Amino acid sequence: MSSTHHGAHTPQSPSDPELRVKALESLLVEKGLLSSDAIDVLVQAYEQDIGPINGAKVVAKAWVDDGFKARLLEEGTQAIAELGFGGLEGSQIVVLENTPTVHNMVVCTLCSCYPWPVLGLPPAWYKSPAYRSRAVSEPRAVLVEFGLELEPSVAVRVWDSSADVRYMVLPQRPVATEHLTEAELESLVTRDSMIGLALANPPAAVT
Amino acid sequence: MPRQVNIPMLRHPTTVSYAVCGGPDCIQSVFWKDTNGVRGPIYSMDGIHDMGGMHGFGPVLPEENEPVFHAAWEGRIFGIAQALGPHGIHNPHGMRSAQENLEPATYLGSGYYERWLEVTERALLAKGLLNREELDARAAFFRDQTEAVAPRREDTDLRQRMLRAVYSHRSPIRDSETTPRFKAGDAVIVRNLHPKGHTRLPGYVRGRRGVVARFYGIHDFHDALPAGQSADPQPMYNVRFDGGELWGGSAEPNQSLHLDMWESYLEPA
Repeated sequence: MSSTHHGAHTPQSPSDPELRVKALESLLVEKGLLSSDAIDVLVQAYEQDIGPINGAKVVAKAWVDDGFKARLLEEGTQAIAELGFGGLEGSQIVVLENTPTVHNMVVCTLCSCYPWPVLGLPPAWYKSPAYRSRAVSEPRAVLVEFGLELEPSVAVRVWDSSADVRYMVLPQRPVATEHLTEAELESLVTRDSMIGLALANPPAAVT
Repeated sequence: MPRQVNIPMLRHPTTVSYAVCGGPDCIQSVFWKDTNGVRGPIYSMDGIHDMGGMHGFGPVLPEENEPVFHAAWEGRIFGIAQALGPHGIHNPHGMRSAQENLEPATYLGSGYYERWLEVTERALLAKGLLNREELDARAAFFRDQTEAVAPRREDTDLRQRMLRAVYSHRSPIRDSETTPRFKAGDAVIVRNLHPKGHTRLPGYVRGRRGVVARFYGIHDFHDALPAGQSADPQPMYNVRFDGGELWGGSAEPNQSLHLDMWESYLEPA
């Protein structure tokens, strides 16, 4: 990830990605090979509509509705569709339940497979060589870097998604959350907890 | 008679001519001219993208409040690549295969969406839909005319098609008479395959023993195949491996690995 550009800058070289993409888009539009609004709606879909808030709704519902949770773990794609989520990179979504004795985490060593309909597009670290190389061989060490130290008695299961199935983790419901509403529970569910790199936030985070 | 003349390690190889294979295990003729940059893929084989278990990449570095796209151009190339889908510029093996075909130094030296840009440019050049000169000239124009913006064209049909692609469910499960060879609990060995083309079989499990954990139905096979061969959809399994089987004495305690595998990757243990 050597050359991700942050903030405003003035491109000096035509090889700058910003200029190359602008050139590409303008030529493709001029030649009628694609349209500006098609690009717009794709960007908007993932910037404004599809993201981890979708997954958080799925998780919170599973925490309060045992019937839904059972369906979610049995047939994830269909249960998720009950909430209106599904589509690109989510043709078959399998949900993995984290418990006090089993901790699941997800990686894509070959590329960047990720359940877009529930989590949106993956963060940079998920696509980085560091994560892709290490998650399978030293998951506990990676978890420690994320601030999560698991007891040796906890089984760590790493799911390397390489084909068409996409995985999402159902994190444990935090303790002392019995009084919270489903909407309040949603706010405890982080993106990283649904990849299996963190626990859901404790209720103190809700004020 | 594979013959390698030159390995391009530059971002924009301008004089390249090499490597045509003609043997029975050849995926496709790797063909080269030059001038326009690129005419077609090299093999992906066991490429740099197959990173599971590699050392040396350092710590994982999460970013606080990371935006979906770090710059507007990342969103534009994401949208461009998706919206070009109907043109099939990466056929037959797809954009992932195209990225794996990047020279290793280019792959590692590029950010995620820079790779998307690189393979999209290369495929459009290879298909003859754009040429190098017009791309470079237009980039130079935008460098000099900093206020200039890309022209706009609206296309309701294409926009709707993209929205359907984003939001519509398409099951990967195929109707098939195929009877799965394995069931949950069966012991399997991963075949020691080294295909000369796109594969979803990571190197770190080849030859290793595992146990079938789940059966996911019959899925299309995504590996590249030798010319003339076509793959019927195959049973798709999730296979569990013990950490020690994969990493020996280096394995962490109480660790297992689950990987999705087509039936042709497996044989009975």
